[in-house]
Amino acid sequence: MHAILKKSTQLLAVASLGVMLFSANASAANEQYFPLQSYRIGPYAAGGTGFFGGFIDYLQYVNAKEGGVNGVKFTWSECETEYVVEKGVECYERLKKGLNGAPAAATNPLSVGIAYATLERSTADKLPLITINHGRTDSTDGSVFPYAFPLQLNPYSEVSAIINYIAEKSGGLDKLKGKKIVTLYHGSPYGKETSPILELLAKKYGFELTLLEVPHPGNEQQSQWLNIRRAKPDWVILRGWGVMNPVALKTAQKTGFPTDRIIGNIWSNSEEDAAPAGAAAKGFISITTHPSGTNFPVLQDIDKFVVKAGKGNLQDAKRFGTVYYNLGVVNGILNVEAVRVAQAKFGKRPLTGEEVRWGFENIRLDDKRLKELGALGLVQPLKLSCADHEGGGAVRFQQWDGSKWNVISDWVQADRKLLRPIIEESARQYAKEKGITPRDCGKEG
Amino acid sequence: MSFFFEVLLGGLLAGVMYSLIAIGFVLIYKASGVFNFAQGSMVLFAALTFVSLLERSVPFWGAFVFTLLIMLVLAWAIERFVLRQLVNRPPITLFMATLGLSYIIEGLAQAVWGAQVHGLDLGVSDEPFELGGMLLSQFDLFAAAVAGTLVVLLSLLFNKTRTGIALRAVADDQLAALAVGIRLHRLWLIVWAVAGVVGLVAGLLWGARLGVQFSLSLIVLKALPVLIIGGFTSIGGAIVGGLIIGASEKLAEVFIGPIIGGGIENWFPYVLAMLFLLVRPAGLFGERAIERV
Repeated sequence: MHAILKKSTQLLAVASLGVMLFSANASAANEQYFPLQSYRIGPYAAGGTGFFGGFIDYLQYVNAKEGGVNGVKFTWSECETEYVVEKGVECYERLKKGLNGAPAAATNPLSVGIAYATLERSTADKLPLITINHGRTDSTDGSVFPYAFPLQLNPYSEVSAIINYIAEKSGGLDKLKGKKIVTLYHGSPYGKETSPILELLAKKYGFELTLLEVPHPGNEQQSQWLNIRRAKPDWVILRGWGVMNPVALKTAQKTGFPTDRIIGNIWSNSEEDAAPAGAAAKGFISITTHPSGTNFPVLQDIDKFVVKAGKGNLQDAKRFGTVYYNLGVVNGILNVEAVRVAQAKFGKRPLTGEEVRWGFENIRLDDKRLKELGALGLVQPLKLSCADHEGGGAVRFQQWDGSKWNVISDWVQADRKLLRPIIEESARQYAKEKGITPRDCGKEG
Repeated sequence: MSFFFEVLLGGLLAGVMYSLIAIGFVLIYKASGVFNFAQGSMVLFAALTFVSLLERSVPFWGAFVFTLLIMLVLAWAIERFVLRQLVNRPPITLFMATLGLSYIIEGLAQAVWGAQVHGLDLGVSDEPFELGGMLLSQFDLFAAAVAGTLVVLLSLLFNKTRTGIALRAVADDQLAALAVGIRLHRLWLIVWAVAGVVGLVAGLLWGARLGVQFSLSLIVLKALPVLIIGGFTSIGGAIVGGLIIGASEKLAEVFIGPIIGGGIENWFPYVLAMLFLLVRPAGLFGERAIERV
């Protein structure tokens, strides 16, 4: 009797394990996975927690409200990179194969360094590498960089739009002649990336450009701002990162430079960049691809379905609707839309990275679609293609009132016609160096 | 010419801020011969604790006293659980221990208070005022006054009290000091606690200037050339070293930087420090070690 019982227990255990495994596979069989190379500790944790918090909350919202996309739910797991490139690569390798059978859709490291380090791996693994608002400018050319997507805004578009805004404020592009513009940039490849295009624009429009480097991390800028005081520029473009931004604003005040003549770039535009500078930040202008705030149906829905349900990813609930959080939500919208578009072609099932890549290249977000997504005004209209992995290239301008950002302009478009040949030439050089045969985008369906 | 003096003065005032960090290193080094790599993390931990308490509606002085107490507890824990176990171990062992401590304190700070960036307003205006055609920062002058007061108090502690004399004895020879009855553990506790207080003051001033965020711990990099020039064992040396580094890096950035491409402010102080190392290895005010070989 004892032997029979023991045997039965064993059989039951094996059967239960089988059921559990089957259920896990059955569940994974209908899930799409996002590997998240996040950073929640270290010097850049403020950006990481906001961005990945927004991204995860959007995925949770789609799962909770719509049961995923066409019944395919989203799943994700995080790997801490601390914004360190080696760790980012290690995380990529660990997560790229998917989770419990759910295939990986795309990687979103939110780090220029990690993006550069995983660019070739992503191409080899056929896994889209999303670098929203950053990344290599020439990866806009999808014929050479099939798996890299600097969505919405690449660095060249960013400075071109800023110059166009200054022109608008001055009364037209012809009025730029003779103006003095200083660019204060972070002493890193990121900071220097836009210098050539600024020099080109200075030559084209006749403004006087001064480039001033701030050594990393940027916690001392007295000498740079004294130089600015001596140069008496009309505008200062702040191409900062992290601590460099509030210190720039504080030092500007100390040297008597008006804050409303400083324009921050896309990584100088968050609450974390302005608030620590206190009163010195009041009047500071920066660009943005998405406003902060919660007055968008999609954010109100996230609040209703995720945050109020006690599932919000933010540790500090007050950060809901801030710039980094909303960027995460926008990133979520674009990733999910790519999956949705790809499912329409390949079937209502979890997709491979290659299939999701097709989805990204066929994203068409017009006002009608953005309204359906509850993101009209939050996301700019986007049309991506094989040749154009950026899609937008427009920014709005916002101003810090001492406690929050207020949008002060309509969309200002970069001069993409001017930039395109430069991007293509750079991509062509890259293809030559790496022995890549560019895709014929005319034949891509 | 007035521009030159403006740059020079700005540099001297920045130098005072570097000295504040360097003093924390000097204190520990004087008492134990250890280069405390965790000083930057202590600055961050103190500032983050203070600002987090302020944000939880604790009044300014309440937050200050509470943070002070936390720094004292931290000093006790470091002495009790780390240093006491490593008495008479080679300096490199103690240095590695402080390296580990640095990461632990940073991680602890983030785990307790979160990763958010905080603004810190000490109520001292940073609006500039004009003096003889030069713009001067009220905040920088305030920081200089605080640093000056701190130097006077620490000098009194080291030169006019029995504790100070005992600290100097320990710095000279730990074993000999133990042999004559000096209580090493108590002294280490005192010195780490004082370093914690200096860390809190430095953290508040730097935090008000940079915002309280994790880059605060990187300001130790500014203290290294200051220590090389001023000497690792002299508080006065830390002040003079800070002034030299502050003034020279600003003048170099403004007047030499444009000729060689700019952005030289970070490495120029190390060039200067290397030159000092070649000429005066113990720094301007450091004690020369004479050893029988």
